[in-house]
Amino acid sequence: MATSDRELAELTHARAPMKLDMFKGVKKLPLEEFFTSGHRTCQGCESALVMKLMVKAAGPRTIVLGSTGCMYVANTTYYSTSWVVPWMHTQLGSSGSAALGTAAGLKALMRKGKIKDEPINVIAFCGEGGGADMGLAAISATLSHPDYNCLILMYDNESYANTDIQLSGLTPYGAHTTFSPPGKVKRIMHHRWKKNVAAMMAAGHPTCKFVATVCMSYPVHAMNAVRKGLTIGGPTFIHSLDPCPKGWDYDPMQSHELGELAVLTGVWPLYEVENGVLKLIGKTRDIADGRVKRQPVRDYLLRQGRFAHFTDDDFDYFQSKIDEMWNKWVIPGVIPFQKQLDDDKPPA
Amino acid sequence: MAEAIVPSQDLNKAAKPAKGEETSLITGSEAIAVACKLADVDVITAYPIRPYDTVMQYVAKLNANGEMDCEYIVAESEHSQFEIVKHASAVGARVFCGSSGVGWMYAMECLTVTPSLRIPMVAMVGNRALDDPGAFGVEHNDALAVRDLGWQLVWVDNPQEALDTALIAYRVAEDRRVFLPCAISCDGAFLTHSQALVKIPSKEKVDAFLPRYNRGDLLLHPDNPITVAPQANEDWLMEIRRQTAAAMERSAGVIREAYADFERIFGRKYGNPFFEEYMTDDADVVLVGMGTLSNPVRVAIRQMREEGKKVGFVRVRWFRPFAAEELAKSLSRFKAVGVIDRDFSLGSPFHSGVLATEVRTALYPSATRPPVLGFICGLGGREVTLPDVRKMSEKVYQAAAGKSQPGTQWIGLRE
Repeated sequence: MATSDRELAELTHARAPMKLDMFKGVKKLPLEEFFTSGHRTCQGCESALVMKLMVKAAGPRTIVLGSTGCMYVANTTYYSTSWVVPWMHTQLGSSGSAALGTAAGLKALMRKGKIKDEPINVIAFCGEGGGADMGLAAISATLSHPDYNCLILMYDNESYANTDIQLSGLTPYGAHTTFSPPGKVKRIMHHRWKKNVAAMMAAGHPTCKFVATVCMSYPVHAMNAVRKGLTIGGPTFIHSLDPCPKGWDYDPMQSHELGELAVLTGVWPLYEVENGVLKLIGKTRDIADGRVKRQPVRDYLLRQGRFAHFTDDDFDYFQSKIDEMWNKWVIPGVIPFQKQLDDDKPPA
Repeated sequence: MAEAIVPSQDLNKAAKPAKGEETSLITGSEAIAVACKLADVDVITAYPIRPYDTVMQYVAKLNANGEMDCEYIVAESEHSQFEIVKHASAVGARVFCGSSGVGWMYAMECLTVTPSLRIPMVAMVGNRALDDPGAFGVEHNDALAVRDLGWQLVWVDNPQEALDTALIAYRVAEDRRVFLPCAISCDGAFLTHSQALVKIPSKEKVDAFLPRYNRGDLLLHPDNPITVAPQANEDWLMEIRRQTAAAMERSAGVIREAYADFERIFGRKYGNPFFEEYMTDDADVVLVGMGTLSNPVRVAIRQMREEGKKVGFVRVRWFRPFAAEELAKSLSRFKAVGVIDRDFSLGSPFHSGVLATEVRTALYPSATRPPVLGFICGLGGREVTLPDVRKMSEKVYQAAAGKSQPGTQWIGLRE
């Protein structure tokens, strides 16, 4: 029986993951691209940048599985694929299963001597609709399998953007989407708060060794997160927030800036949970440590047409929820439990 | 009721092992698990639903005892169960999966994409009635739901045939001319949970019969960096569909080759792979059906023969590809045909079952077309009894005598 993680790995015949060094800065990034011309994503599409830098970080010995969504439909038009590495479509809710199945197939064949035993990266990506709505159970199941090396990357543009901007479980409160249009009687059609997915994955899967949030406005961190996710062994998860000019309704030239604002307003905390240890990253850490003051969320929301119908009350409500996240959560920005007050004793 | 599980003549013969073989008393589910072991399957995914899940219980036991070496994964739903093996197959692994009833339907999206990705998955369907109401007994609507999608579908009626057909299924599915998935249907309880003596072939013979799965130019691997299933529309989709259709058209020939090789290597003869005829040589009328209802039908036919009624039986094995021409040639010899469906197809022509509609379609081009009666019988696992079979035979005789009857009749139904 296994008495340690190492023995468990031996017992389950886990394969050694790829060894990849961390990038030391943007000037040290390789020039070689594995996601190239041929795609037809929108101008200013941050998710396309996620694809490009994700696979640049992973390198050529990588298999990518892509679930249905923008990054399927726009990137793999028949006869003009933009993928240099092997790539395969998977169903909308199947990124978890695709990662697991690919890793399991490779592992079985390597273990039984049917193919060369070598580290091959497996990355499955999904949009937040496919990942956090439909595919949540499959991703959760995969993150509980310690003996398969794979990374699931969820690119979150906060709506079903490919099918005409419908709201998802990760669309922010109140946003205007084609399924939540502000009307004459109801100004706010979407009352749900965005799911806290990365923390859910980290807290809910104690043997998952790496979970991170990223944003491509901070590309070196994001690429290093990809490398850590592939190097650490076992299944890992990355949640990327991707400004989307079409879905969020802003000028495409502002994508990078909006990503920065999401972090600086505290709406999108950057963090990693590595072997159970939480590390806040960059400006998020500065906010948590009090070195940087959070900008008002109004600065972020007003730049986006999807919040154009917001009144002062709506902005105040949004701000109050973000304040709560930083002032009341037991781990600010990450874990939404609040400490029980001393005088709030449960009934005997 | 005991008549329904009387084994066929062929099964009794199965008791004597040849050299290198062993004989074992096992269920249909266990027989398929043994086939997976012999075929050295690489990745297997399980999810519980009765009655197919007995195959996965046995696979788990074989793995736990070190008798089988595969990545055995317990999935969190049938959808994931089928997706996981689909992707494992894409990187070159031999895979096995399965389900029953609404579990199979839960995986429907994955069942849809598997043939069009040209994935040679082999699956077991432990046929079960669809909800609602929840019912455990056999109906064939689960497996039949994928009949238009590119799955090869085969029905077996005893554990020996289940084991043999699983090996044949891998051989056919993984043939580069085909590369289409294959589902082996085993009637819930009547086959999944019923034991018989089964000859278990040697690994050497299985290796001689079944080459390694070679994904070839479709292999997803960094050494072969292809893009699989890029998005296509009206510009190319029709050509892609045509390729899948052509593979299914080639399947019949590959099935024939596989059965011939099977007979040569294992010494067990199945005759016509696509359907099995019982006492048809001098028959006036025949019944047609799939799966384990063959057992009571055969017993009833033997009884009726003693009374001078020349009834025969045609058991359809391969439903996809459907051997329309051969079956029509066979059936056009008789004065009337009664098709027993353990399924329903509500609102279909004559409100028939699925098999009856296919048989009528197959017979249409024939110069001589016997009357075809459709019977819906044995739904939800209800026993197909000897009186049921006699009643259906009488109706077919009446049709042969020119008596007009409804195109579809429900048999064994409470009034």
